[in-house]
Amino acid sequence: MEIKQFNYGIWTEEVNVRNFVISNITPYHGTHKFLVGPSEKTKKLWEVCKKATKEERKNNGVRCVDTETISTVSAFNAGYIDKENEVIVGLQTDELLKRTMKPFGGFKVVQKALAEQGVKPNAELTELFSKYVKTHNDGVFDAYTSEIKKFRSLGFLTGLPDNYARGRIIGDYRRVALYGIKFLIEVKQADLEKITGPMTESVIRLREEVSEQIRSLNEMIELGAKYGLDLSRPAENAQEAVQWTYMAYLAAVKEQDGAAMSLGNVSTFLDIYIENDLNDGIITEEEAQEYVDQFVMKLRMVRHLRMGAYDEIFAGDPTWVTEAIGGMFDDGRTKVTKTSFRFLNTLYNLGPSPEPNMTILWSENLPQSFKDYCAKVSIDTSSIQFENDTLMRTNRGSDDYGIACCVSYQELGKSIQFFGARTNLAKTLLLAINGGRCENTGKLMVSGIDTLDGEYLNYDKVIANYKIAMKEVARVYNDSMNIIHYMHDKYYYEKAQMALIDTNPSIDIAYGIAGLSIVADSLSAIKYAKVKPIRNEEGLTVDFKIEGEFPKYGNDDDRVDTLAVDAVADFNSELKKLSVYKNAKPTMSVLTITSNVAYGKKTGATPDGRASGIPFAPGANPMHGRDSEGAIASLNSVAKIQYKDSQDGISNTFSIVPKSLGSNEEDRIDNLATILDGYFSRNAQHVNVNVLNKETLMDAMEHPEEYPQLTIRVSGYAVNFVRLTREQQLEVITRSFHESM
Amino acid sequence: MHSIESFGTHDGPGIRMVVFLQGCKLKCLYCHNPDSIETSGGIEYPIEDLVQKAIKLKSYFGKKGGVTVSGGEPLLQSKELITFFKRLKEEGIHTNIDTNGRILNHFSKDLLDDYADLIMLDIKHMTEDGYQFITGKPNKEISFSLAKYREDSGKKMWLRYVLIPGITNKPELLHALGEHFKNYKTIEKIELQPYHKLGVHKWDALGWDYKLKDTRENTKEELEAASVILDKYFREVKIN
Repeated sequence: MEIKQFNYGIWTEEVNVRNFVISNITPYHGTHKFLVGPSEKTKKLWEVCKKATKEERKNNGVRCVDTETISTVSAFNAGYIDKENEVIVGLQTDELLKRTMKPFGGFKVVQKALAEQGVKPNAELTELFSKYVKTHNDGVFDAYTSEIKKFRSLGFLTGLPDNYARGRIIGDYRRVALYGIKFLIEVKQADLEKITGPMTESVIRLREEVSEQIRSLNEMIELGAKYGLDLSRPAENAQEAVQWTYMAYLAAVKEQDGAAMSLGNVSTFLDIYIENDLNDGIITEEEAQEYVDQFVMKLRMVRHLRMGAYDEIFAGDPTWVTEAIGGMFDDGRTKVTKTSFRFLNTLYNLGPSPEPNMTILWSENLPQSFKDYCAKVSIDTSSIQFENDTLMRTNRGSDDYGIACCVSYQELGKSIQFFGARTNLAKTLLLAINGGRCENTGKLMVSGIDTLDGEYLNYDKVIANYKIAMKEVARVYNDSMNIIHYMHDKYYYEKAQMALIDTNPSIDIAYGIAGLSIVADSLSAIKYAKVKPIRNEEGLTVDFKIEGEFPKYGNDDDRVDTLAVDAVADFNSELKKLSVYKNAKPTMSVLTITSNVAYGKKTGATPDGRASGIPFAPGANPMHGRDSEGAIASLNSVAKIQYKDSQDGISNTFSIVPKSLGSNEEDRIDNLATILDGYFSRNAQHVNVNVLNKETLMDAMEHPEEYPQLTIRVSGYAVNFVRLTREQQLEVITRSFHESM
Repeated sequence: MHSIESFGTHDGPGIRMVVFLQGCKLKCLYCHNPDSIETSGGIEYPIEDLVQKAIKLKSYFGKKGGVTVSGGEPLLQSKELITFFKRLKEEGIHTNIDTNGRILNHFSKDLLDDYADLIMLDIKHMTEDGYQFITGKPNKEISFSLAKYREDSGKKMWLRYVLIPGITNKPELLHALGEHFKNYKTIEKIELQPYHKLGVHKWDALGWDYKLKDTRENTKEELEAASVILDKYFREVKIN
């Protein structure tokens, strides 16, 4: 391959984007003053997009839908927003915001989603998928045991990716720009040659997968050709680098509608091309920003066809185009570049937005000017989140990583994740109190658990039972995961994304839990107060009476915070004992997305005094209203959860009214940056920041049309507030908004 | 003690842990913590536990923040605060007292001289009548003596002044305030606290009569005008 303006390194010999980046990056320590506003072209395009999204909202959340074509990498003709103003081209289909069928996850889901829009899939397709073609969903249910089905339907395991695409895999989209697809195909072909016998099941499978990847790479070349782009060769300038990278991502979101389709960490990479062109006088700052604005605009227009029920767990039509920005290299230099700023600047040029899900990799060593700018953007837009770069980098081993989905570390191009949804730890605790029976139905879920019959709950007995319950729930959970990922590989393999990842990457399985604060407070109540179970005729506990006071999670009180820390460690250690399909390494998250509402609905009264059906706190958050010593005490409680026990991420959502953050903009910026330094220095992993007045949210509920871009962070991602269900909106409003004054 | 706030942003420089003490001899008409006025009640809290709490919050204090003792009136417990602040100083934590300055005795002088990095002195009113009207107690001069005492010690001080339309927000009073303090070298800034009614529900909860019911909040222009007047006399004027 021809290399002109770049510094050489091992990256010229092998596929190694990290080496290219560290050999060529220009870290930036200056302020945001160089940033420019949107170009005329960008403004015109964004007007078209805004109009289209308005139509989409008016039309029940879907502007148009295709019922004829299975969406693949090369399906559909080229589509444009407004061709003459587009400097970065490419849509998922031939029309803006058109949603498409990706039926290999499950055809019934596609049918249902279309039926909700009053249409049906093409008759031939319907016949094919009803009679001849099997999907991921079909495969999973062929293999599910009655036990798994019971745990699933009663709400112990929820949101499992068994009827929708798992997502979470991040293709290294930069590879297409740096190497061109022709070279990537050569490398994959060489890999395939080396995968030889004896032909065990795993070797056969890998050969089939790599062959699929090569086919997909060829399809990407076809996709480029539709737009007049030659993706077979490397990008030769900044505009092409952005365009090529976007095309690679576009291929992924044409083929897959995974729960999360992260972008990775492209801004630092793209900066190298932009710096070159700026230095050579080929482009101006206006043009550099125009590329970034238009790229980001395209990412905002990504859509998937989802059925209404999807909203319960993943509300607000998210796509999770998560882009990690900032962080440090292992060699001590910062990864912050001018293009890190340019990405954040899109939140001003195009207004606030949940997508792309911009995630700041925070380190105390980041340039202060970048910290301050991030704090400013967060305060102004509530659209970005923060994660602890130092913690993840030093614990997980690479400085070239993206954030999968919401909060999860994933080394780029070297490893992938199996998404595991989550188990309801609060319901698991109720099994310990009800002799292993479901608190709502009385069905026996776990045998071998003693029935508790005393007047008050005994802490030691509850803990002993709880350990049995956790072990059994973990076992069933693991069984379900093995089936799901086996079938997903078989019927809905992510060939486009995997084509941009090393052959045979390492795999983390990402288990998850919900209800952490409920468990911690419940155990605290049992331990420090007296909890009297109220039982019905069947002996099931329907309510609890608490006598006396007990410490509550969220007040930096070790008596209860250690109960939360142990709950995470204990369940994680049970999961770690179980072997996983493809030898994936077990990891776990404390993360709920918006499903904390749905989990609450399915969970009876708990010993902490929470009534049946009440929503959980999101992620690892303390339960709203129970943190009485203010914001930092609450952050400190969450920071105690050990990352080693929850390597997939520990999500915390921090909401504060602007006035409480400081009395003027300068103080607010200073205070937020200082909080982030403080929080992460205590080895916390993640925080969403919302700086909003409740009144704004209440007004937005009543007048959604006036707040089309109002963005709010929920557990691990952001949503357009007006696209949440009313129930979820109310839940967000009742959460703790720190407002000390 | 009345309560703790781990994230104070209006209680001195930077991010601060604020310890609200129980008990105050004054009963200001606008008090937004009226439940901290009675000297009975409150929670007894071991000083070392408070120190440990502050240590756990230290990483959030950054370069500017620290601990502020507010109230209630902190100087009522000057002797205990000496122990508390001494420990905080050992831990390298910045200390600040939010006070009405109406207690000037051997203990409060020691506290100010040796342990309080900063004090925020609340100037209630520039006239004795006004002072009595707002606080229900006489002797505004004690707080002015305390200001003078602090000035002579050469240690840092902020002034705070609650702006109430028609009561304290009058040009002649603001000029009097400026004239009185214009030559003080230790005053880093004056913070104007716009009068607000956020504490009214607490008065209702206590079954007390809130006498400023008919008093309105300042307009933006009134705040600006007050700030312009004080700008002539002070290094920095901040509307909180």
